[in-house]
Amino acid sequence: MRNASTLALRGRLIRLAGSGTIATLILLLVALWLVFAITIGDRFFSVNTLQSMAFQMPELGILSLAMMLALLSGGLNLSIIATANLSGLTIAFLLTHYIPGTQGIAWAGVQVLAIAAGFAVAALVGLVNGFVIAYLGVSPILATLGTMTLCKGLAIGLTRGNVISGFPEPIVFIGNGTVLGVPFALIVLALCALPVALMLNATPFGARVYMIGSNEKATRYSGVDTRAVLLKLYVLSSLLAGVAAVVMLARFNSANAAYGESYLLVTILAAVLGGVDPFGGFGKVGGLLLALIILQVISSAFNLLNLSQFLTLAIWGGILIAVAAVPHLGGKAPR
Amino acid sequence: MPKSRFASFGRFRRSHEFWLLIVILVLCASLGAANGQFLTMQNLFDLLTSYAFVGILALGLLVVLIAGGIDISFTATASVAQYVTLTVANAYGANWVCVFAIAIGIGGTLGALNAIFIQKLRIPSIIVSVATLNIFYGLLIFFTGGKYIYSLPDWFATGIFWFEFDWGKDTSYGVNLQILALGFSFLFTWLLLNRSNIGRQIYAMGGNTDAAQRLGFHVFGLNMLVYCYMGVMAGIASLVQAQLAQSVAPTVLVGKELDVVAAVVLGGASLMGGVGTVLGTFLGLALLAILQNGIILLGVSSYWSPFFVGLVILISVSATAWSQRERRTRSARP
Repeated sequence: MRNASTLALRGRLIRLAGSGTIATLILLLVALWLVFAITIGDRFFSVNTLQSMAFQMPELGILSLAMMLALLSGGLNLSIIATANLSGLTIAFLLTHYIPGTQGIAWAGVQVLAIAAGFAVAALVGLVNGFVIAYLGVSPILATLGTMTLCKGLAIGLTRGNVISGFPEPIVFIGNGTVLGVPFALIVLALCALPVALMLNATPFGARVYMIGSNEKATRYSGVDTRAVLLKLYVLSSLLAGVAAVVMLARFNSANAAYGESYLLVTILAAVLGGVDPFGGFGKVGGLLLALIILQVISSAFNLLNLSQFLTLAIWGGILIAVAAVPHLGGKAPR
Repeated sequence: MPKSRFASFGRFRRSHEFWLLIVILVLCASLGAANGQFLTMQNLFDLLTSYAFVGILALGLLVVLIAGGIDISFTATASVAQYVTLTVANAYGANWVCVFAIAIGIGGTLGALNAIFIQKLRIPSIIVSVATLNIFYGLLIFFTGGKYIYSLPDWFATGIFWFEFDWGKDTSYGVNLQILALGFSFLFTWLLLNRSNIGRQIYAMGGNTDAAQRLGFHVFGLNMLVYCYMGVMAGIASLVQAQLAQSVAPTVLVGKELDVVAAVVLGGASLMGGVGTVLGTFLGLALLAILQNGIILLGVSSYWSPFFVGLVILISVSATAWSQRERRTRSARP
């Protein structure tokens, strides 16, 4: 009797877990919170901890959004970090060269123009990616591998690997300031995630992206100009990398050709953990944000427990495999 | 007979490898003309030695790509194999057979782990290898603290030097461990893919997994073999790299995985599976090596080397895609 009810409960749990990645992720998050609440106690819920979590998440978050857009269309964008560094260096170069000696409107103008120039660089890389992928038909992983090496090479060649640092107050604020206790960078992440979510779920463009990810050929034959959609998508992905560039250079108060390189595979990990199908067509911004929170919770908790950040990496990998295996364990047919 | 040879040459002339060969020959000729040092035996041996690590890994990855999968965890596998093997060799003493056996064993085991996750849990290979890269690497650094090993056994540090011969007055060349391992890896991979029944099965499985399964191929076994092969190659490459660097640095290999991917895909292997050759991989590797070497010999600052590599990758993949598209359009409208 008791056995049967536990079995039923187990079945229900598995079904709940398998009924969608979002449900699995929420369960996982609750479980993690419980475990860390017991092992760490109050310290885990202190304002300080929450704020430091909120400061660390946005960079990876915005970069993961950039990766997610490419993944949804069945592609991949390996050039996001290199793009972010190249556009970060552009901004940093303009700031450090034209800010000294300016005041008032000129001072503000240089900052706005510098950021605009950074976005222009990012958009240009996106255009190259989009053109090569959509119009020449190169597979996304190869095309972005090329632009990744190219951008990184350009950044290293121009700076000789040096760091550019020292930015004005408003720029530093983007990465380190708070508004009503909320880190400004987190607001930037929200300002990126919300429009992306709206675009994907509520516009014809978003629907086309999902369709291309499911079956590009069928989408083309149904009269969608898939090439234009893909071009736009890779430009958007690059622009998000540009936003990440601003947040990154603001937080470190410096820019370099090799910042954040270890993030590249972590963005794929975060997106896939968040339920984005690596072959395209499926995935929601909400899932990605949940995955980011989970990764950040583990990282922060391990930090509080004085465990190595490398153990965090290993646990992240383990969780990715566990979550990816859930649909199979629940008896659902694999894709 | 001559006719068929002509036909096979015609097929080769249209292949990706042919164009790669032309580009490499042009590059070699112009670099040789620009700098007398380029076309020397010493440079050739140096290039082979320094690119052995990437080359051996590229061969493992080639087999995985042909089988229709992908693996990017091999740098972490190599780091683990290198660290454990040389720690054991330092502690208990060993010889060449021993260290290679340990490294191959560790590489094969980690590869088998990948295959089990991919096949038994039905997780796409890209996800599994991103995850295992982090797991292997994270655990390695967690347990070792990321400490370098500088003191290697003497016989290991000395290396292997075969068929020594003199060239000119004061320079001598020989087949060292790196070249030996690279050569054997190429030979063995070529035999596996072109002269064995299993090789044909790997191509068939990569071309169409469902069809291969219905024909009665042992898909799990084949995948196990393929990912173990990648792991074994990572184990061998890791020792080759440690011997060249004369140290074990657990943090320097991870992050180089995309260099290896670049060499293999420049060589014409498809990420969709079923396509790719050992010759192509060799040429892709040669192109990258000659390019980076040539940039330095031409006196361009090595800071610019990744820029040119990126440019060549982008142009090469674009040209290939473009020519394939042209051919498709031509065959569609005869």
